Amino acid sequence: MWNYSEKVMEHFLKPRNVGELEGANAVGETGSLNCGDALKLYLKVNDNERIIDASFMTFGCASAVASSSALTEIIKGMTLDDAAKVTNDDIADYLGGLPKEKMHCSVMGQAALKKAIADFRGIQILEKPGEMICECFDVTDLEIIDAVKTNGLETTEDVTNFLKAGGGCGKCLDRIEGVILKTLETSTVAD
Amino acid sequence: MIYTDNNATTRVADEVIEEMLPYLGQFYGNPSSMYGFADTVNKKVQQARAQVADLINADPDEIIFTSCGTESDNAAINAALSTFPHKKHIITTAVEHPAIRSLCLHLQEKKGYKVTFVPVDKKGRLDLDTLYAAMSDDTAVVSVMWANNETGVIFPIADIAQKAKEKGIWFHTDAVQATGKVPIDVKAAGIDMLSLSGHKIHAPKGIGVLYVKKGLKFPPFLVGGHQEKGRRGGTENTASIIALGKAVELAKAHLPIMDTQVRELRDYLETQLLDAIAATSVNGDRENRLPNTLSIGFDAVEGESILMLMNQAGICASSGSACTSGSLDPSHVLMAMQVPFKSAHGTIRFSLSHYNTKAEMDTIVETLVPTIDRLRQMSPFWKDGKVV
Repeated sequence: MWNYSEKVMEHFLKPRNVGELEGANAVGETGSLNCGDALKLYLKVNDNERIIDASFMTFGCASAVASSSALTEIIKGMTLDDAAKVTNDDIADYLGGLPKEKMHCSVMGQAALKKAIADFRGIQILEKPGEMICECFDVTDLEIIDAVKTNGLETTEDVTNFLKAGGGCGKCLDRIEGVILKTLETSTVAD
Repeated sequence: MIYTDNNATTRVADEVIEEMLPYLGQFYGNPSSMYGFADTVNKKVQQARAQVADLINADPDEIIFTSCGTESDNAAINAALSTFPHKKHIITTAVEHPAIRSLCLHLQEKKGYKVTFVPVDKKGRLDLDTLYAAMSDDTAVVSVMWANNETGVIFPIADIAQKAKEKGIWFHTDAVQATGKVPIDVKAAGIDMLSLSGHKIHAPKGIGVLYVKKGLKFPPFLVGGHQEKGRRGGTENTASIIALGKAVELAKAHLPIMDTQVRELRDYLETQLLDAIAATSVNGDRENRLPNTLSIGFDAVEGESILMLMNQAGICASSGSACTSGSLDPSHVLMAMQVPFKSAHGTIRFSLSHYNTKAEMDTIVETLVPTIDRLRQMSPFWKDGKVV
């Protein structure tokens, strides 16, 4: 059984801000039924670009639900500029930590938030830069490089835990390993 | 607590504990020693061997005690490969337990063996044409589980064993889930090697069996003392072996109960859940299944969430998704069956024993109805009573 923090369990058993949000003027969606988890984030943003209300609908495991609930609590009352700075680590920290295999749940929160902010601002999220590595979960080499550098990841398993990349059909695992090795080599040289 | 995860492990029966305890404390002698105190233990070990043999219609000297089902499975495959070193092909199924599956993947990736993973249809039934067509002079062993651990689907073991025999290929079956749930007759089925495990039939963990047909050129796999006729050295796990002896005796006596009382409970739970919860489906061939197993998928919700909420109500079951292993893919069994993602992610396995009651089944239904409803209210893929 997962070693979930009390806060994760509490937010899973009594999630805050569940359901569609009436009067929402920004929506961000990430994940899919095939992936095994998905989050739809609703925001109500006022004229001063402040988030006055937020809600979510989530399909996924206990930590996915808890991460979504935590996200809505964190961003309520924030300006969009401040909300844009919220990271997956903030979500995980708010919950008293997540098992490393479940870090992607917090990443999903951050991704949905980014999309909701872009939605409000009318910015179209352009095709992601970089080379597509994991088609199941839409992850590029640049995202893997970034995750490896930021979080000190070392193995394909680490990458799957954080980004889900490689956790679907598994065909890209060799390529992920290649990206990791290349990234680690380069950063060693830079150090 | 309501325990419905008996395909994972079982409660050690009170009678089994009672039987084994003296051999943990009072009678600690080494069965090989030359005095009466040790011979008492030896006689009980030999009795257990006869009891196990009796359950599967084998001879006592065809029974090798091991530490678990995985050890038995590994020993069987490796024995075939070392007996036929020139043969580089293995046939197994796409839905085996990791004890066989991971070993075969390892042999394929690291040791240069060619492995045929025989596919299944949407009901989890084996594609026998593919299986038979794959048998060749290069095939060292065919290993097919007697019944699947996740869905309970039973495979036509006797037919497959017969075909393997005609081709002169060793046939092994992982009967860990079938043992104690359906009758097993190794002679009638023509089995060369069979694995079973104690903790699935109300014996303790840490004791397994490998049946090896008499006359099979089976090499030793733990080289040491003369135990198990030198095929598996090492001082016997006496208390657990004696416990297993009692457990198989009880399992044999309980077989009719499995087929009636337990089957009726499982069918009752299945019907109640299908009636009470919309967009719900059963995985696997319902006509040809272990009597205790129910694999059931609830659309648009995720298995771990269901398990966690059931846990709050003291209900123990398993999920069919591998969200527990980091990978988010549903189990290889459900994927091999092409179960749609929408229900595969929300699949729960209930596996019953004769300890379960009808009142428990009612509690499960009463708990699951609001649980699924609550998760669906939260799910972005559920609207107005259906999947979107």
